[in-house]
Amino acid sequence: MTAADLLRADLQLVISLVPQGSRVLDLGCGDGSLIAHLRDERGCDVRGIELAPEEIAAAIARGLSVVQADLDEGLSGYPDSAFDVVVLSQTLQVVRNPALVLREMLRVGSRAIITFPNFGHWKVRGYLALKGRMPVSESIPFSWYDTPNIHHTTLKDFRDFIAANGGEIEREIPLAAGEWRQEIRQVRFMPNLLADTAVAVVRARG
Amino acid sequence: MSDENTRGAAAAEPPASGPRICSLPEGLDLVSGRRLEHVDIAYETWGELDESRSNAILICHALSGDSHVAAGKDKHGAEKPGWWEVMVGPGQAIDTHKYFVICSNVLGGCSGTTGPESIDPTTETPYGLRFPLVTVEDMVDTQAALLDRLGVKKLLAVVGGSMGGMQALAWVKRYPERVRTCVGVATTPRLGAQAIGFNEVGRQAILGDPHFAGGDYYGGEQPEAGLAIARMVGHITYLSDESMRAKFGRRLRNRDDLAFDFVTEFEVESYLAYQGRKFVERFDANTYLYMTKAMDYFDLAAGHASVADALAETPVRFLLLTFSSDWLFPTYQTKGLVDAIRRARGQVSFAEIPSPYGHDAFLLEPEEQRRYIEPFLARAVAEARVGTGTLAANEGGEAL
Repeated sequence: MTAADLLRADLQLVISLVPQGSRVLDLGCGDGSLIAHLRDERGCDVRGIELAPEEIAAAIARGLSVVQADLDEGLSGYPDSAFDVVVLSQTLQVVRNPALVLREMLRVGSRAIITFPNFGHWKVRGYLALKGRMPVSESIPFSWYDTPNIHHTTLKDFRDFIAANGGEIEREIPLAAGEWRQEIRQVRFMPNLLADTAVAVVRARG
Repeated sequence: MSDENTRGAAAAEPPASGPRICSLPEGLDLVSGRRLEHVDIAYETWGELDESRSNAILICHALSGDSHVAAGKDKHGAEKPGWWEVMVGPGQAIDTHKYFVICSNVLGGCSGTTGPESIDPTTETPYGLRFPLVTVEDMVDTQAALLDRLGVKKLLAVVGGSMGGMQALAWVKRYPERVRTCVGVATTPRLGAQAIGFNEVGRQAILGDPHFAGGDYYGGEQPEAGLAIARMVGHITYLSDESMRAKFGRRLRNRDDLAFDFVTEFEVESYLAYQGRKFVERFDANTYLYMTKAMDYFDLAAGHASVADALAETPVRFLLLTFSSDWLFPTYQTKGLVDAIRRARGQVSFAEIPSPYGHDAFLLEPEEQRRYIEPFLARAVAEARVGTGTLAANEGGEAL
């Protein structure tokens, strides 16, 4: 098992989308496992932003440079186009102002790679339709009143969101987890219904 | 340059037993253009320099500190606590079993290093105010000369809080090739008007003391009242509204009713008076003037268009920490420094530690600082020993 196998499956896909030697900023980088991998295996020049002290400390232990900051306050510390790639992994749904975060990502980076859970997945729809309750599942394991996920989106909503905020989607990769979380497969048929998560590569329009 | 105090000599000497003196008979040219013909540096060391000479850490002290950062014997052989022993010592975040720790009294200080109370060789009397104004950069140049004598070419880390953090930042700007990493705690690239204002109140209290005598009070009555007031003001700025409320509130000291007199009544008055009294026993009023002036003058951007310009392409990796209730060295100033380092394409980690203790938190919150500093240093020393480290990974990135 390599280090990459230990990374969350969607992160492996993100890694494959980052060109060798890129300048990468990871928003909500956690313990820095993604950017440490990009640094060590793909020669990337990496930086991270994270809020949680224990995660920052873990990233520092990997020799990473991580700044404690609230994404909702923007990325004003960085000049325009400071990075080739800005990553936002499973974090879009927790920020207060997703539009601000997106615009800032497109300002400081040539490309944004965004991964997010698809609230249009059939299990979520079925849960609400059949039980009449806010969906709680393995991938969304929170009650509505204490969830950090305050901005759920579906694949279709996400496309509108990007278009409305000056971006365009270069690639959209809907994914479904297999029996085990390690295996994922790409969803080509009815992705908004069948994909439980998605990875999108976004750039500024025009 | 003398070889008497090379690494072998430093490591062979017993653990700190009072500061040792390193003399610079060649003198020192100061930023102001003036010159000191002879400088003594009081310093202490803990731990041992390793074979690869890659584990040396310089700790820079704050306004009222000295070389005794960690516990050890004083010059009389008695055990004396270190001013940052919660952070520096065996098994602490800055582990003296792993690192070779050096701390020296700053230039202009009053704990063994040449300063205004030292004897001016030209007059054979204490310098007093004839001592030239020193800057944070001059303090750093003095430390660099000390490291030459100790055989330390490159520091694993330069570490400091408050004015010590200013020195750490000045090290990066002045000697980028001699520093691998910089740890700045509760510090700033430049003081704001509020902090300069408080420093000026302290200075005026000293200058206005009837015993100040133009700075030539040595051998006579000391300007104790003025220095004590300066310290009292300082102490208020080191605390926070929250910590003062918790510590004192409006409680009266040894009485139940108001005295309707100008005696010490409130707990907070008693505390400040005690701190003032304690301070004048160990600190020189002239040094207080020189230190606060050096802090006021410090501007990391000096000589450059901006801090980012001053640190352009710096190879030094930074760890910067602040405390949420510190209003003397507020977080926003360090955030500005973080942004400047980012613009300079430097490597910086930053966290604000939640604490009610104000600026004093850097002495009182060891565990929260350790959380970041320990892994930061551990990684740095591992990379230093490998030689290349992950900084090589930067070469993959395009220059901005």
